[in-house]
Amino acid sequence: MEIVVSDSMVQNTNQVEGRAVPEKTLGNIHVDNPRMTARNVDVFYGDKHAIDNISLDIGASQVISFIGPSGCGKSTFLRCLNRMNDTIDICQVEGEIKIDQQNIYDPAIDVVSLRARVGMVFQKPNPFPKSIFDNIAYGPRIHGLAASKVELDQIVESSLQRAGLWEEVKDRLDQPGTGLSGGQQQRLCIARAIAVSPEVILMDEPCSALDPIATAKVEELIHELREQYTIVIVTHSMQQAARVSDRTAYFHLGKLVEVGETKQIFTNPQHELTQDYITGRFG
Amino acid sequence: MSFTNLMLAVLVIGALYFIAGQRVALALRSGNAGKLHSLPHYHGLWAAITSALPALIVLLTIVIGKDLLFQFWARDYFPQDILNGDAVDRAIALAKVSNVVNGIDFGQVEPWVQSAGDAWIRWEANAVVVANSLVLAVSLVGGLLGYRRINPTFRSRNNVERILTWMLIGSSLVAILTTVGIVLSVLFESIRFFKLIPPQDFLFGLEWNPQFEGAERAGSGGGTATYGMVPMFVGTFLISAIALTVAVPIGLFSAIYLAEYATPRIRGVVKPLLEILAGVPTVVYGFFAALTVAPFVKSVGESMGLEVASESALAAGLVMGVMIIPFISSLSDDVINAVPQSLRDAAYGLGSTRSEAVRQVVLPAALPGIVAAVILAVSRAVGETMIVVMAAGLAANLSFNPLDAVTTVTSQIVTILVGDQEFESAKTLSAFALALMLIVTTLALNYFALQIVKKYREQYD
Amino acid sequence: MTDRTYQGLDPQQAAERVAASINLRKRKETRFVWLGKTAVAIALGFLVLLFAGILTKGIPGLFQYYVTLDLQLDAQQLDPSGQMTVESLAGGDFDGVIRASLYEALGNPEGRKAKREARRLISSGSSQRLMTYVLDNPEQLGSTVSIQFAVDDDVDTFLRGLISRETPEADRRISDQLINYIDALNAQGRISYEISDYLFFGSASRDAEMAGIRGALVGSIFTLLVCIVIAFPLGVATAVYLEEMAPKNRLTEIIEININNLAAVPSVVFGIMGLAIFIVAFGMPRSIPLVGGIVLALMTLPTIIISSRAAIRAVPPSIRDAALGVGASKMQTIMHHVLPLAMPGMLTGTIIGMAQALGETAPLLMIGMVAFIVDVPAGVTDPGTVLPVQIFMWADFAERMFVQKTSAAIIVLLAFLISMNAAAILLRKKLERRW
Repeated sequence: MEIVVSDSMVQNTNQVEGRAVPEKTLGNIHVDNPRMTARNVDVFYGDKHAIDNISLDIGASQVISFIGPSGCGKSTFLRCLNRMNDTIDICQVEGEIKIDQQNIYDPAIDVVSLRARVGMVFQKPNPFPKSIFDNIAYGPRIHGLAASKVELDQIVESSLQRAGLWEEVKDRLDQPGTGLSGGQQQRLCIARAIAVSPEVILMDEPCSALDPIATAKVEELIHELREQYTIVIVTHSMQQAARVSDRTAYFHLGKLVEVGETKQIFTNPQHELTQDYITGRFG
Repeated sequence: MSFTNLMLAVLVIGALYFIAGQRVALALRSGNAGKLHSLPHYHGLWAAITSALPALIVLLTIVIGKDLLFQFWARDYFPQDILNGDAVDRAIALAKVSNVVNGIDFGQVEPWVQSAGDAWIRWEANAVVVANSLVLAVSLVGGLLGYRRINPTFRSRNNVERILTWMLIGSSLVAILTTVGIVLSVLFESIRFFKLIPPQDFLFGLEWNPQFEGAERAGSGGGTATYGMVPMFVGTFLISAIALTVAVPIGLFSAIYLAEYATPRIRGVVKPLLEILAGVPTVVYGFFAALTVAPFVKSVGESMGLEVASESALAAGLVMGVMIIPFISSLSDDVINAVPQSLRDAAYGLGSTRSEAVRQVVLPAALPGIVAAVILAVSRAVGETMIVVMAAGLAANLSFNPLDAVTTVTSQIVTILVGDQEFESAKTLSAFALALMLIVTTLALNYFALQIVKKYREQYD
Repeated sequence: MTDRTYQGLDPQQAAERVAASINLRKRKETRFVWLGKTAVAIALGFLVLLFAGILTKGIPGLFQYYVTLDLQLDAQQLDPSGQMTVESLAGGDFDGVIRASLYEALGNPEGRKAKREARRLISSGSSQRLMTYVLDNPEQLGSTVSIQFAVDDDVDTFLRGLISRETPEADRRISDQLINYIDALNAQGRISYEISDYLFFGSASRDAEMAGIRGALVGSIFTLLVCIVIAFPLGVATAVYLEEMAPKNRLTEIIEININNLAAVPSVVFGIMGLAIFIVAFGMPRSIPLVGGIVLALMTLPTIIISSRAAIRAVPPSIRDAALGVGASKMQTIMHHVLPLAMPGMLTGTIIGMAQALGETAPLLMIGMVAFIVDVPAGVTDPGTVLPVQIFMWADFAERMFVQKTSAAIIVLLAFLISMNAAAILLRKKLERRW
């Protein structure tokens, strides 16, 4: 796992007419009905200060998108939300992140049950080299979610249906998941995440490896899923953020510059950096 | 001059031509002969190569070819009955002649042996004279021809490089030659063996008693020599199976622990330590097995009321297993590390514990590679020699009991071929037939392993 | 979307079920980690056991017991013709001088049986040692000197406490009388325990107390020399050809397959090839380091080729482009840039291959290097043996002292192997480049 905060990027963005990154996030970090709350989060990779004092609420049954130039910390912050950073030895997280009033970095919280509640979909589709059925059934099986074979079948079917993949794969559930097309693989991964019945789904640039048609399908899927799940999506595409999300957060150099309603961010950004970014001056 | 000195002389002449060639090129450059195509030292190299290379080839041909030629000539001295007899007699006759040549005195010899030996010594002396004059002439003339071609437009660099390229190609052909040598040396003798002993008796025979060979030939009775290889293959696979029973779980779990759990520091210490086990010579393992492990196994077994042979398959297999642990662990480590991190991330992202990710995602994905590693380990165990020579028995028991003494293919090969042997007896030839089976087995195992690895690579590339 | 008959578990329900499963899963996790730790511990345990076994037996094997005797070097008795040459000394009665001194130290035992037991005290190689001493120190003739002689191997074993006094006389290899003599010499302080010069400077011998590894060590060095002279150039040349020049054709493919196959062929088969081709077909003599070296070279060739190819591949293409860009020929690019940069990797691979060759036994048995050869080989065409084969031969001898000598020889062999591997690691660390 590699998260690069490249120096060239830092220089490049610093040259943006010398505009300072604000000390305090602009816009309203709070929501009425938060599912997760992050307060004063700092992340270090060894000596590198990757996330600098970020506070943000993530609203229940909402889609929030994280945007910003490469290396701005948006993926790192996303990975803090289900402690995926634990797998990196030199990574150190400070501050407080709560899900339903429970601190997820509390030693009493088991990372396994946390990740069952906060699922994740990755940048590159990563189906297991197993059958489609086994891919979906993997989570329910390890967590003991299905009481019976029948229930497991139901979970697999409903997950695939909700991911809009059922019609395409129902006749070949025993075929390897790696044999699907890229877009199908990514929807399979989303279905696999849904099968655990999480409360929050984190998506790390889920469409960056997909063609436009597959992207459209995944975006449609995100649209449907928001009724039931809280979704956090990191994206490089501002159009995508505008299309799928309710709120948008703009990250820059490890800081959260601005957050607000998506419409407001894209029509009336408060900070010059945000404006420059969404108008394509850099990024 | 002896052949060694002759070779040195050729090298000296080559060096002199190098200096001469370089000099003349330098002279040409400083004179007004125009620009040289190649740098002076390439002209020197050109002259040196034209001198030394053909001379060395001639020398090598003489050294290797003369004995074959003399053997052929010596047949003129053999009496008719030997020439008409079988290959055994001819080989014995040649051995007698070579004893005369080397001045080894075994008492009175037949007159024809003496005269053949005398002639051989004469040929040997003539060969030295011929070699001296021929090789020196080739090196001087060859060098001169090369030297005289040096002029400003002569492309000596290109020529030198072309020769170098051919030498590189020649070097890489040694691998092919070695394989051909192995196959031919084993195949010819095996074919001779199968002329004496029908292949089906060898392949499916259940008894292995080559030691009665001499008695049988002398007609003194006492037993019939039998050449059934089944007991040895059973012994080989019994010991290999014991070795793998030890090595696979220990090696595999070590690899998993080191790849998935251990901190970089522990990994940095433990991996080289395990590799020490791989670097210990097999003769040391054999000594350890014979001296420490076998008596230990015997005493433990007997304290449990079991009958244990003092050279039990179990002892040899256990030690061989220890030898194979690092082999399994380092190969498995490689394939486990080759499983993409994204699969682990997917498992962790769904809330797997580490062991769940390992058992249900990483291991199934790495399985083909691990299977290949195990197959390679079997191949290694089957071909391992010293441990079984020192710690397994020689009795060709057809037994599946790990507490019995069994023998293996390799230990029989060593027993038959070590020391003096009559090269034409079925007993000696049987070692070559065994070696042929050994090569076929190990290469087949290797082939399967490589096929699996290839498929596995395609999966992730 | 299609109508849904089943909505899946709601998150609350799911969380409960996850919580229910978690303790069992954690126990499984712990058990799995323990399995891994146990496996590592067992593997390392074997390593410790192996080395402990060899060191506990081998370190005493580096030493042996000596008895110091005061000898009157009578010129007439030792060098009757007075020429001080090897031939003239051969006529001298060295045994007589040693015996006289030994009897005196033991209080002049009476009777043939008593004298015979006394003579069993010291090694049968003692007269040879005295002769060498006289040859080296001719001026000492006529004076009295103290010289240390090795005790006989049974006496040595007894002194180490491996033969008990309590054992009935008939069951041990050493008589009561001999034990009394040993006690007497011990009381006079004549018996000492010192680093064994026989081990390092002696040659093959059936007498355990005189057996040494010198011949085998020299044989190993000659064999390795032949091996490296053949294998290194061939291996590097093959690697260069395959990596830098070979076209993608059938021949290249065959060469590569051959190299892979050779790497898989059991070592004993290389010995069979050596026997059939070099000894039987080419008529080369048995037991010589030259043939041994050639066989080992062919055996280690795949190792060297594979590591050399890896080293060449690690040289970045940009360097080749740079050289070609200024007009160097392909061969110049290789000779001036690729080879020097790849050399550390190639050398590392070669050292590892040589370590493999140094420890190899089976193929050398096939070509007759297992013969009992007393003389130290003086060249690559002199019959000889090598260290691992010497270990193999000694391991077969029944005398207890050979167990210690064998272990001591193993320590020497391992010391060579470890230093070669350490050299390879250091070389790699020191010359490693990061691109």
